[in-house]
This record gives sequence, C-alpha cells and structure tokens, in this order.
Amino acid sequence: MHPAFSVLVFTVISGAGYGLIFLMVLGHLSGVEVLQQRPLLLSGGILALIMISVGLMASTLHLANPKNAWRAFSRFRTSWLSREAVFAIVFYPFSLCYLLGVWLEGAQLSSGFLVAGAISALLALITLFCTSMIYASLKTIRQWHNALTPVNYITLGLMSGALLLCAVQAIVNQELAGDLQYLATVLVIMGACVKVIYFFWIGKPSGSSIQTATGFTQASVRLMDQGHSSNGFINNEFGYSVAADKLLRIRLASLTLAFALPLLLLWTGGVVLMVLAVIATLAGLLAERWLFFAEARHVVRLFHGDQRT
Amino acid sequence: MKLGLVVDMDTCVGCHGCATACKQWNTSGTIGPLSDKDPYGKDPNGAWLNRIRTFEVGDTPNSKTVHMPMSCMHCEEAACVTVCPTGASYKRSEDGIVLVDQDKCMGCNLCAWACPYGARELDPDQGTMKKCTLCVDRIYDTGLPEDERQPACVLTCPTKSRTFGDFDDPESEVSKLVRDRAGKQLMPELGYNPVNTYLPPRNKPVVEVHEMTGLTQSIKGWVNKIIQR
Repeated sequence: MHPAFSVLVFTVISGAGYGLIFLMVLGHLSGVEVLQQRPLLLSGGILALIMISVGLMASTLHLANPKNAWRAFSRFRTSWLSREAVFAIVFYPFSLCYLLGVWLEGAQLSSGFLVAGAISALLALITLFCTSMIYASLKTIRQWHNALTPVNYITLGLMSGALLLCAVQAIVNQELAGDLQYLATVLVIMGACVKVIYFFWIGKPSGSSIQTATGFTQASVRLMDQGHSSNGFINNEFGYSVAADKLLRIRLASLTLAFALPLLLLWTGGVVLMVLAVIATLAGLLAERWLFFAEARHVVRLFHGDQRT
Repeated sequence: MKLGLVVDMDTCVGCHGCATACKQWNTSGTIGPLSDKDPYGKDPNGAWLNRIRTFEVGDTPNSKTVHMPMSCMHCEEAACVTVCPTGASYKRSEDGIVLVDQDKCMGCNLCAWACPYGARELDPDQGTMKKCTLCVDRIYDTGLPEDERQPACVLTCPTKSRTFGDFDDPESEVSKLVRDRAGKQLMPELGYNPVNTYLPPRNKPVVEVHEMTGLTQSIKGWVNKIIQR
C-alpha cells in the first residue's frame, strides 16, 4: 500500500493526543496525586487538543475531493471512517467543557465537569479504536485484517500519550513523578511486545493466492501482461514495493526510536531528556506507521504479478 | 433482478475492444468524464473501468494463455458500499448494480482499498471514484433498439466472449452458461459473492508431438509394414 504522508501524520499525532488526554483524565479522576494540579491538567489538555486537531486537519489533505468531506458523517451505521469522524467531532465539546472546568475550578471539579471529563476520555479511546478498525475491517489486506491492528493502534497511542504526559509533568514540576515514570515504562514495554508480535505474525504468507484470484486452483499461474503500458491508479496505490533489506533496516530504526531510546531516556528522568524521548517516540512511530502501509499487500497485486499476498 | 456479466475465458482473445468501447461510452455517460492525465505524454495515467489481464496457466506443453477482462463484479456483499463514509457508493436494490454518486464522493480511496478486484479507479482530474456502471444509461434506454440495450463492452466484443443478463432468472442465458460451463467466481474465499462469473477454458487435447525413435525401432517398423503388404 502506498503510504500517504498525511495519513501517517494524522494517525501518529492524533493517536498520541488521544492517548495523552485519556491517561491524564483517567489519572485525574481516579485521584493520582501528581495529576491533581491545575497548570499540569491545563497544559496537558491543551497540548492534546492541539495535536488531535493538527492530525485531523492533516487527515483531510489526502482527500481528492475535500469539498464533500462534510458528508463523511452520514454513514455511521456501516462505515468505520464515518464512525471515526463522528466520534472525533463529538469529543470536542466534552473535552473543552472538562478543560473549562479545570480552568474555573482547578483540580477539584464539580460533578458536571467530572462527567464531561469521563466522557471525553471514553470518546478519545473510542476514536482511536475506530481509526484502527478502518484498517482492520478490510478483508483485502491480510496484514491489516486481524485483531493485532486495533491492539497496535490503541497500545501505541496510549504509549506515546504516556510519554507526552511524563514530558508535560516534568516540565511543569521540573521533576519527573515516579507514578508516571512507572506507567510509561509499562506501556513502552507493552508497545514493543505488541509490535514485535505483529512483525512475526505478518511474516507467514496466507489467504488468497494467484490461484484463487484467477480460479485456476489446480495449475501454476503466471502473469504475462498487466494489460496497460503505463502505471495507473491501481499500480500507484497498491503496487508499492520496498526491498526486504530496506524494510528490515526501517523496522530496526523504528523499534530503536519508538521503544528502546525512550525507555532509556525515561529512566534518566531529566526534563530535557523527557522531551527528547517524546520526539524520538513520535519519529519512531512515524516509521512504524510507514511500515504498516509499506508492508501491507493488497490482494489486487495478485492480478499484477504476485503469487501470494 | 441480479444483473451481471459472464466472461468466457475460452474465447476471449485479449483484444482490449471491451475496454476501449467502455471508455468511449462512459466518458460521456452518467458518471461524467473518465479523465486522462498526460494522455499523449511520457507517463500517461487515466481512469478505466475495464482492465484486461493476461495469464499463462499450466506448464508447457499443457499450458494456455488466458485473458481476463475485469470490471466491477457487482458483488452481493459489496464491501466498497459498506466502508463508504459519505454514502456515495451504493448498491441498487432493484437490479444489484453498484454505483458511485459523483456528487457525494470525497475521494478518500477507502472503497478502492476494500475492492479485491481493482475495479475502482480514482479519476485523476475529478478527484472522485469511477467504476463500471454496467452501462446503466444504456440497458434501460427505451430509445435504443431492444437488442442494443446491453453494456457497451458486450455489444462490441468481436468473439462474443461477454454475456449480459439476470443471474436471478434460472433460464436466462447467463445462468445457463454458468451451469453448463461450470462458471467460477474470483476469490470466493473473501466472501464478497461477486455476481460476474468466469467460464474456464474448455479442455482440449494437447497438440501431438512427433517423437523420434531409435534406428532398430524404425527398421522393425518398416519390416512390419512390408510383411503386412
């Protein structure tokens, strides 16, 4: 699959934003001591909203006909993309209401603002899940059509959100709190495990083959001619191929930047180093999201010369 | 009604006539232009609703070149319709034709991702998704003579490899062809239940190859022939 840069930016930046606000609100409402401060909640909440908004705006850049984008809210009953759009928009009034409450009343919120906060945390998680299901629902791409896809998106969103929360807290208090450090460590290790499992899992060819694609299930089948003399939409969108050694190098770079380096920086506990950890993990996740597309092999490639997907 | 096409892979010669007739009819049809980008340049690109792919099946000498013209299969479980966020993609309940409302499409490509057959192509100029309409603007046109109310690809096919009809009617020509010739769906394992069906090539004996025999065998053969006389 051709990796569209706007979609990579959207899923990584918004994912981190949703992860940040989910963990922060959850920690605040469940009484985690370090999160009971107004400046921390305000700066974390505003950062999350900015990241989510930038990501959502980036996502509209890949539309070929954006003037009809407003119609994307209309097929909530069947389309995961439509569900994502609806939940992403519904999230705003609740999160803004929660932040208004924090601004007016500080960390000790009255019940109305508390409910708004709880709902915005829930909507953040649901939106993240809907994004992952856009990919996981496509039967045509076996690397996406499995339960690991939503697990990946949610775990990595929460992981990058936890590192962001650590960075914001470290900046506000000039010292990293032990609770958050512990939480981020657990999530980074979980994220790395989930990703490594995914890499192993997609390694084995399965599903459709050139035989089932052409109906000649008892014979060897080879493509002789794609039927056109230059690349069209289908080739450009689905024919994206990267050499195996380059994929391996990017996998290693992604694992190092997104997981190993942040884990090391996390345990130094320095303020500047925490910001570096966030930058490293976002860069690593961009590479990870690029791989998610570049390694996905659509079944239409069977009509363009591939033997297996 | 369940309208669709039967394609005979035994008789198709891969002439691209169907694709050309399709482009010609549909570029001024109900879904607007089928645009090309840089059509006479070095790297031309454009939206086509019909592509012909050619495969070699089996190993020599039992091999055969097979041409597969592919357009929208008008699937019964059309995932391209359910994933569409704007409602631009829809499947008509009366005849099962899958269409894209060009006024609603936002060009997100998700339907093309959901289609296993590569039947949807983004128009490089319009920014909307284009696909086979089964010539919905021909087949119901009472202004046309009755035998011309068929898709452009079917009418133009010089080897009559394409048949159009109603798969719900067990006595229709398409249903009979599928029954008699063991028609196949492509990638049935995905569960989309495509309506268009492909007829596999008929089994014909392999062309005989003259085999060289040894000298003694040849002499024996000649002697046998002489004795028989």
